[in-house]
Amino acid sequence: MAVKTCNGGGSPHCWAPGDLFYSSKSLLHHGVSCRSTGFVLTCLGLVLLAYPPRCSAGSDVTETCLTCHSDKTLSTKRGPRTVSLLVDGKKFAGSVHSALGCTACHADLEGKDLPHETPLAKVDCGTCHSQEKEQHAKSLHGKALARGDSLAPRCVDCHGNHDIVPVKDSRSAVAPLKVPFVCGRCHSEGTPVQRNRPIHQDHILENFSESIHGEALFKKGLIVAPNCASCHTPHSILPHTDPASSIARRNIAATCTKCHAQIESVHRKVIRGEMWEKQAHVLPACVDCHQPHKIRRVFYDQGMADADCLRCHADPNLKAKDSRSLGVHAQQLAHSRHVKIACSQCHSEVNASRVRPCETITHKVDCTSCHAEVAQQYQKSVHGKLLAASDSNAPSCKECHGTHEILGKLNPDSATFPTNVPTLCARCHREGKKAAVRYTGAQHEIIEHYTESIHGKGLLKSGLTVTATCTGCHTAHAILPKTDPESSVNRKNVPGTCGRCHHGIEEQFEHSIHFLADGKDGKQTPVCSDCHSAHAIGRTDQEAFKLDIMGKCGKCHEAIAQTYFDTYHGKVSRLGYTKTARCYDCHGSHDVLPPSDPRSHLSRANVVATCQKCHAGANRRFAGYLTHATHHDPKKYPFLFWAFWGMTTLLVSTFVIGGVHTLLWLPRALQMRRELKAEEARLESAAREAEGSAGPSSEGGAKL
Amino acid sequence: MTPGKPELREYVRFSRLNRVLHVLMIVSFISLALTGMTLKFSYTAWAVALSHILGGFETAGYIHRTAAVLMVGVFVTHITNLIRRKKSEFGTWRNLIFGPDSLMFNRRDLTEFIGNLKWFLGRGPRPAYGRWTYWEKFDYFAVFWGIAVIGSTGLTLWFPTFFTRLLPGWALNVATIVHSDEALLATGFIFTVHFFNTHLRPEKFPMDIVVFTGRMKVIELQHDKPREYEAMVASGKLEENLADPYPPIVLRAVRIFAWTALTFGFCIIASITYAMVFAYR
Repeated sequence: MAVKTCNGGGSPHCWAPGDLFYSSKSLLHHGVSCRSTGFVLTCLGLVLLAYPPRCSAGSDVTETCLTCHSDKTLSTKRGPRTVSLLVDGKKFAGSVHSALGCTACHADLEGKDLPHETPLAKVDCGTCHSQEKEQHAKSLHGKALARGDSLAPRCVDCHGNHDIVPVKDSRSAVAPLKVPFVCGRCHSEGTPVQRNRPIHQDHILENFSESIHGEALFKKGLIVAPNCASCHTPHSILPHTDPASSIARRNIAATCTKCHAQIESVHRKVIRGEMWEKQAHVLPACVDCHQPHKIRRVFYDQGMADADCLRCHADPNLKAKDSRSLGVHAQQLAHSRHVKIACSQCHSEVNASRVRPCETITHKVDCTSCHAEVAQQYQKSVHGKLLAASDSNAPSCKECHGTHEILGKLNPDSATFPTNVPTLCARCHREGKKAAVRYTGAQHEIIEHYTESIHGKGLLKSGLTVTATCTGCHTAHAILPKTDPESSVNRKNVPGTCGRCHHGIEEQFEHSIHFLADGKDGKQTPVCSDCHSAHAIGRTDQEAFKLDIMGKCGKCHEAIAQTYFDTYHGKVSRLGYTKTARCYDCHGSHDVLPPSDPRSHLSRANVVATCQKCHAGANRRFAGYLTHATHHDPKKYPFLFWAFWGMTTLLVSTFVIGGVHTLLWLPRALQMRRELKAEEARLESAAREAEGSAGPSSEGGAKL
Repeated sequence: MTPGKPELREYVRFSRLNRVLHVLMIVSFISLALTGMTLKFSYTAWAVALSHILGGFETAGYIHRTAAVLMVGVFVTHITNLIRRKKSEFGTWRNLIFGPDSLMFNRRDLTEFIGNLKWFLGRGPRPAYGRWTYWEKFDYFAVFWGIAVIGSTGLTLWFPTFFTRLLPGWALNVATIVHSDEALLATGFIFTVHFFNTHLRPEKFPMDIVVFTGRMKVIELQHDKPREYEAMVASGKLEENLADPYPPIVLRAVRIFAWTALTFGFCIIASITYAMVFAYR
């Protein structure tokens, strides 16, 4: 019993790599298995020392059997065939099973008289190798066997029978170097299996031997190089369509990373390693690029090199059936960021065995294979959702990034280089263009406003590439409408978005009463864009902003803004004068707090200093000036109310008295005018008469 | 019909100094009104435009304060002149203030006022006015009142940090109301009632320019101020108060100035009316 256990444990030890292909979970199991194997081996040693006679007992049986089976002529008829029954005693003695007697395997001979009846029952390796038996039973081979497929391999077909040696022994039929040939006995061109069974790969053995793995194994003799069993497992061989298979799409990454442990860091730039397992359905599996059996360091070489594609596609007049141009400028490719990426890496689904490898292509280029993270953002974005809804206006990757001429965003020639971004977005978002036409929000002439804004000027006139561009605020790929809580321009996220550059301001703003709160009347407190606008952001030290701010604050603080305009500061600012106190000069801009807050610029402790910013000699009494006073409120401002009504009464009564006096006077004045005219005329005629007697010579003197 | 013939000579009603002061008063008053009302009616588009025309609010402020100083200067000059005349002509304040030609109100003004109202209603003859009618006296003292009220509040608003050492902060608010409403009263009164009473009366139409030339026809004096005329004739002083009229070019210049001032006045009234009636907030 102990011996059986020992052998049963020994076998998985040899094939440990093959058994543990399935997942990272089985790696854990692997550790446990190693420890238990070690324990079992130790037990084996002890048992062998304690019971040497059992071994000799086996030898006795073997001796007995060999008396007949060492005869080379001993044979039997199985159907039409004559089968030799010779057992090479020497080889058996050297085999791993030599310590066991023949009857340990040929169990039906136990206690039988010799010579025995034929045929014997089939040897059941599973008596000892129960785990392998189980794996085999579930495997492709085991199931074929169960179906009665005559081509299905049994244990002996791979391992041999009486001459089984440990797998580490180079004489073993399943030694690493031999495995490809063991498998190749069935899985190579022309064999019944390859011809009659649905095997989807061709030239497996040839391809493998030419692959980087095969080369390492055969040419360099590296027995650690993977052979068939390394990927397919020795006993749990399953089709790749079976989710439990070591080469199933979900598991292939785990299988490859068993050896290529560092491969994640190699691919990290393009794919986060963990996603291979988590999102295997989205991401390409290893074999998508590194084709099974043909794996080379330089892949896609034969028939699928860029040069092969350009044989046709270099022609600028090449057209698709729907008259799309299929020409590719080699020059563009050479300067693009993807210069090291082969055509077929993006235009996947090519088949090198065709004259036109591209004729098997059925899908458009999918950038998400490599750019998984941005792809995820994009798919959630308004652009991505439109694309998913097959909207003809939706921009896909190439709309912004281009195709073969794709350049990095740090390249000034790239459409995604900061200074080019506004032009890029303007293609759709300029007034009248396809995105602007569908847009129903309040933002208009976005591009024009941006260009004139402080950001636009910084970017386009001053050439500051760190200036906020469209993508600076809206993000490049996760563009969402502001109503979406995840949008970078959603109200809740605006301070953070602006704060990415204006960090100091954000810190101040966080402590203000406006910071993401709800006002008393249910109105939401303002965020950056409510005062600074979104696209037309101007310099705050320029008149336009200074004069506009009262209206901005007044949107919510309606009454208080109105009373501001009733007092000196408000009146002069309405005249376009900017050197006077505006809302933020007293209340603070980003750190605005209610005057009751001790930190406020208008708290009792701070108000005089605030006035002194402009009025150097201000004292506490001066600070008592009512900056928001109105003379219409007798309760709050009685002095002003009565001063106003006192003056108004004085005014009205004076005007009434003066007016009535004047109006009463008017008819008399007119009458008086008539009388005077008449008198004047009388006098004039009298004068003329006098003149007439004096003569015309004195006329000049009269005029003087 | 020789030059200097008594019929052609005119009665000199205003001294040269008083005429100059009136011109300066007009200049400063209109400047103050224009610049001040841009602020008072800042909610109207014309105020904003006017403020820009005046060189922006800051410049308008300088103009306003310069004009204020000028007006106070006019006032001080007049008082100084009074003091000088008190010494040379009247001897005592009593004679100056309560003399027959004084601008101080007296009982006769009341009877003349009542008589005038009767005349308005056709119940009696026009009162025989002396040197100063009651409305002229009213206009004269309105300046005293205006200078005192608008001047003091204006000064407070000019130096708020100084005055709040003595006054509470809200006094500035009150000062603003008083300053601006009193100015409104002054402007409105001068450009309507005063214009009508003294310059634009139909019988003097188109304009009485005596305040600029200082000269009025004797016949006019006879009509307007019969009591003064008679006193002059009785005392025989009429002749020494007569002078040759100014040459036409001077009169032309005077009329241009007067019409300009009048136009400003009417524009200001129109603007105020618009702001108060149609755009009031």
